[in-house]
Amino acid sequence: MSKLIPNAAKFFAGSTITKTAAPVVTTSTSKYSTKSEATFEIKPYKLHKLEKGPATSATLTSEDALKIYEKLAVLRRIETASGNLYKEKIIRGFCHLYSGQEAVAVGMRAAMRDVDTVITAYRCHGWTHLMGVSVLGVLSELTGRRTGCSRGKGGSMHLYGRNFYGGNGIVGAQAPLGAGVALAHKYRGDGGVTFTLYGDGAANQGQLFEAYNMAKLWDLPCVFVCENNGYGMGTSVDRSSASTDYYSRGDYVPGIWVDGMDVIATREATRYAIDYCTSGKGPLVMEMETYRYSGHSMSDPGTSYRTRDEVQEVRQTRDPITSFKEKIISRELVTPDQLKEIDTKVRKEVDEATKQAKTEPEVGTEELSGDVYYNNLEPYIRGLHPDAPLQHCEVVARN
Amino acid sequence: MALKSTPVVFGLMTRLSRRSFSTSKALASKPMTVRDALNQALDEEMARDERVFLLGEEVAQYDGAYKVSRGLWKKYGDKRVIDTPITEAGFAGIAVGAAFAGLRPICEFMTFNFSMQAIDHVINSAAKTFYMSAGTVPVPIVFRGPNGAASGVAAQHSQCFGAWYSHCPGLKVLMPYSSEDAKGLLKAAIRDPDPVVVLEDEIMYGVQFPMSDEALSNDFVIPIGKAKIERPGQHITLVCAGKATDTALQAANELAGNGIECEVINLRSLRPLDFETIAQSVAKTHHLVTVEQGWPQSGIGAEICARVMESPAFFELDAPAWRVTGADVPMPYARGLEALALPRPADVAAAARAVLGNRISQAAQQ
Ligand SMILES: Cc1ncc(C[n+]2csc(CCOP(=O)(O)OP(=O)(O)O)c2C)c(N)n1
Ligand SMILES: [Mg+2]
Repeated sequence: MSKLIPNAAKFFAGSTITKTAAPVVTTSTSKYSTKSEATFEIKPYKLHKLEKGPATSATLTSEDALKIYEKLAVLRRIETASGNLYKEKIIRGFCHLYSGQEAVAVGMRAAMRDVDTVITAYRCHGWTHLMGVSVLGVLSELTGRRTGCSRGKGGSMHLYGRNFYGGNGIVGAQAPLGAGVALAHKYRGDGGVTFTLYGDGAANQGQLFEAYNMAKLWDLPCVFVCENNGYGMGTSVDRSSASTDYYSRGDYVPGIWVDGMDVIATREATRYAIDYCTSGKGPLVMEMETYRYSGHSMSDPGTSYRTRDEVQEVRQTRDPITSFKEKIISRELVTPDQLKEIDTKVRKEVDEATKQAKTEPEVGTEELSGDVYYNNLEPYIRGLHPDAPLQHCEVVARN
Repeated sequence: MALKSTPVVFGLMTRLSRRSFSTSKALASKPMTVRDALNQALDEEMARDERVFLLGEEVAQYDGAYKVSRGLWKKYGDKRVIDTPITEAGFAGIAVGAAFAGLRPICEFMTFNFSMQAIDHVINSAAKTFYMSAGTVPVPIVFRGPNGAASGVAAQHSQCFGAWYSHCPGLKVLMPYSSEDAKGLLKAAIRDPDPVVVLEDEIMYGVQFPMSDEALSNDFVIPIGKAKIERPGQHITLVCAGKATDTALQAANELAGNGIECEVINLRSLRPLDFETIAQSVAKTHHLVTVEQGWPQSGIGAEICARVMESPAFFELDAPAWRVTGADVPMPYARGLEALALPRPADVAAAARAVLGNRISQAAQQ
């Protein structure tokens, strides 16, 4: 963005040189954005059984732009930290990174209301944070420590938060679960909508189609969000799916295809989806086309079933963060310096959380047999042999 | 109750390292990983019988999520090594249907945790059809994949299905421990006319064992339903299968240092269960401990103990039999907690000492 004058005041401090090439009118507060809002065109949606789709242009305020950028940056940074912790062997087992897919969650979250609910699969670090769990709460769970949001008992795939029902490790299982959460919204009449996220691989599981059917039959306020990142493990979409138009695979459930690399598009589509579902029309399918940069999980180098060039090309041309950054800078909603400030802040926050997530202790051994039941009815939990009984304990206070 | 046999202190214990513990004849030669042994079994059986084919998630182009089917897609092509979508209920059903029609499918579950998506086809379609059809529709299928706890993968990915599947009539259920077991049992499973569930273990895939010359041959098949005495001993019988065999053998090593000689029985097959070998051993040692990774209630150990209760073997016991099992909780993720949820050699040794020391009443009072 060399066309802009970043932080002119600082840049030219003590100097009388002015850069005339700059097309932008700089004010005395040029460190900050110059425009309060801008309107963006959105790559056309594809519609299935819908007359009218989401708005094809959207207005963004500079305040929103900064917030969204910060969220995108935090999510990316959390995954960088996770990847490093895994390489240091501090995170164990499976560790699935969300890098490349941030615009899906961040845009959706920006449109969601407090009453709405989410359930997703194991690629859940970012969503957990967006749903209100601190960076430390996420990272400490990955390192299996006391300050983890599941106290180290769930690990990377099983994170939970308010209005956030996981982190599910069984591919496709979250689809009917999400429809069930939506049933509860309808039952209570609280006006909430559930977002049930699943991958292109999961999109073939039978239980998804069972859930579509009942959700439609009963008009459940459920948005089935297919995050199509091109691959389910090492299998590309055309090798797994007889139709790769995931937005149309709900058949009688209307659907929208959305550019999942554009956070403005995902936000706009989500607004539309909330409108649709709260008007009592029943469920909706949203396909978010996106990409995952890392391997399926940390143990997969992710290079045997796709080329390095393919990954590079997406990074260079469609990266959800870089592209958003370019948009908001070129439209003068923000200045590069403002974004740099955010980057610095985010790096500091995540670095500090990472450090703490490494040094916190694990929970005490008594929690091995904690919370097996809400209401435990037996005096002991059996341990490894008859002479090693465990005591059930209530880690979380019952209400 | 007095001990019928007194522990003898051995001055010299040859301690073989765990990874090279010989499981077969002394002339055992080439070491081979469990993974390669399974691969060899698949390869040999596919070469031997045109009807045999492999299907499952990532089995072909990716060489298997755990590389068990490495090279087979290149060798046998799309027709016989088939990548499926992530649709366990569907592809397991398709595999069973193909078996109805006379093919011999090997249905790989990426891990057995995901077989729960398809358990209806394993039980209702595969196990019961021969019976329901009065013997007219055989179902020669193999369901295989890693079972039980891997490390650090938490509750939904760490579960033993030994008890689940061996509960069901019509199924045969195998649980290999070593490379020879893996090869011989998988080959037997593929050749068997009934549905067979082969419960492997991810952690054991990379472990090397010696392979006897016999085991390297194309015709090496281990009979289904026969246990193997991994280590003879006269003081106490440890019955185990799969990875728990490793735990029991390590415990036996430790106990031998204290003069306690364990007879370690590797079941190899959970159904049919070789109770005769167990009973004979108990008649010799008069003490029994079972070792498994799964949960205690209605588990493999529970079944073994029940059979002892129902048989004359009961009278041979000098002390109640004990089960060493996984703790009765879902698997936690954190390293420290996870270690406490699965039996370690020290837990087996403690149980063996308790049973031999007759500390049962003490335990009961706790
Ligand atoms: C029922 C089930 N089958 C298989 C697996 C193993 N597995 C975990 S993730 C995955 C790929 C899923 O791909 P996709 O739905 O596209 O999601 P992505 O990983 O791309 O986010 C597979 C096969 C599982 N966890 N659960
Ligand atoms: Mg995918």
